[in-house]
Amino acid sequence: MSDLNQLYSEIIMEHYENSPHRRELKEATLKERGHNPLCGDDITIYLKINGDVIEDASFTGHGCAISQASTSMMIDLIKGKDKKEALRLVQKFIDMIHKKDVDLEELGDAQVLQGVSDFPARVKCALLAWKTLQDTLK
Amino acid sequence: MMDVKKIREDFPIFNVKPHGKRLVYLDNAATTQKPESVIKAMEEYYEKLNANVYRSPHYLSVLSTEAYEKARDKVKKFVNAKSEESIIFTRNTTESINFIAYTWGMKHIKEGDEIVLTIAEHHSNILPWQMVAEAKGAKLKYVYLDENFRLSMKDFEEKMSDRVKLVAVQHMSNVLGIINPVEEITQIAHKYGAKVLVDGAQSVPHMKVDLKKINCDFFAFSGHKMLGPMGIGVLYIKEDLLDEVPPFLRGGEMIDEVYEEYSTFAPPPLKFEAGTPNVEGAYVLISAIDYLERIGLENIYEHEAKLLEYGLEKINTLEYVKTYGPMDSKDRGGIISFNVEGVHPHDVATILDEEGIAVRSGHHCCQPLMRYLGVPATVRASFYLYNDFDDIDALVEALKKVRKWFK
Ligand SMILES: Cc1ncc(COP(=O)(O)O)c(C=O)c1O
Repeated sequence: MSDLNQLYSEIIMEHYENSPHRRELKEATLKERGHNPLCGDDITIYLKINGDVIEDASFTGHGCAISQASTSMMIDLIKGKDKKEALRLVQKFIDMIHKKDVDLEELGDAQVLQGVSDFPARVKCALLAWKTLQDTLK
Repeated sequence: MMDVKKIREDFPIFNVKPHGKRLVYLDNAATTQKPESVIKAMEEYYEKLNANVYRSPHYLSVLSTEAYEKARDKVKKFVNAKSEESIIFTRNTTESINFIAYTWGMKHIKEGDEIVLTIAEHHSNILPWQMVAEAKGAKLKYVYLDENFRLSMKDFEEKMSDRVKLVAVQHMSNVLGIINPVEEITQIAHKYGAKVLVDGAQSVPHMKVDLKKINCDFFAFSGHKMLGPMGIGVLYIKEDLLDEVPPFLRGGEMIDEVYEEYSTFAPPPLKFEAGTPNVEGAYVLISAIDYLERIGLENIYEHEAKLLEYGLEKINTLEYVKTYGPMDSKDRGGIISFNVEGVHPHDVATILDEEGIAVRSGHHCCQPLMRYLGVPATVRASFYLYNDFDDIDALVEALKKVRKWFK
């Protein structure tokens, strides 16, 4: 059963409305735009990478609560990680959304997005940031 | 007065209970539901008359050919066209418009020519012309809206000149619901020697359309938006242009004689229908038109006008909802586009869906219009003959819930 309480939980709304990561990153070394042409979600991810480590990250853009909260949660998770570790977590998140059995703990706040897997029409919104980061780091 | 309760009983889809709720279907601009008579006709075609058309002299082929030609005649009368040769079956509006772009457009539009469009066009009436303009070195000119969200006829007249070879305009907007004065537009365009293509995807299902009166050169619409099946659409080409328009696709069925190096074509409309056509779709379309005529297009239009008026009044009482479109409901179809303050349209649509309410959210294949309106997307409720005031009340109640989720 789908459940709006899961989709619009407090923690998701908090990331949507008051994300600390919503800003431009002047010293970014990588900048990547991701968008869903069908629904218009549009984000830009900024990364400051030193060697292999993502020292800082942020995002700008607009879209639905799910896409924006998901982006914010992802930034939370990957900040300070090295590229390989970030990619591993991204894959884990994608697996979670596709209803695969994964250890959720590692995903931090982003694990609350598991509920999105019950809303097939919204899966794309949740995955936008993660797929964008995957393309950038690969 | 239309008996909506009774009409609804004709549509089996209303037995579906989304998330256990009553289905409130408000996505009719995307596609419409089908009455039982239309669903039955689909079966009937394959049970009683299936065969390829025009080719074989046997009993079934005669029946299916007759059915196919009857559909053409039915459509001709439905839109009051002068002759059957002008009615060409396609897959949908998009194909009909591309048809004219690839054939008449590529042949007759030259470098330095201009194509006039409106800013509210569906992508299906923009991209084909971008293709022609790029290939030929022609220019696109857009007509914008006035402060009441209606097409500015002043701007239209300013965009017209002898350079304009084609005006491509929608009859009714799938976002704003505005009905454009296509008869007047055609008159003006013809004075400059320009041809006129009207995208009738949203008008034909909801109002009486009279092609003799409109007098446009090309007209396009889709079966699936008027109770008919997906995969059947119509292209109308005015009689005096039938020779000027070259064939689109080439192959079987559209020929007169074929030699090793060249061929001659069948007379229209067959010249424009290469390959085995969608006979089933055409046959089922007859049932859809029968149903619409039984209820009466004038009644449907009036019914939707009442829904629109009631809907606008109700929705506009919610101070956190902004609607896009004319303030009045004159010359306007049953479409309301809106946004809930601070909530993205997709979130609105997801919450409405939990209440059994089907709406569309997004850019509605009208990105230039969205940009012009200054919004990334909208929610859209679009009505049809089986909707009633209860549906609108359900929508308004659900919008209050949306507000609760996003305080
Ligand atoms: C105004 C308008 N034009 C064209 C189309 C395209 O119709 P179809 O997808 O049936 O080709 C639509 C419907 O989406 C429409 O609303």
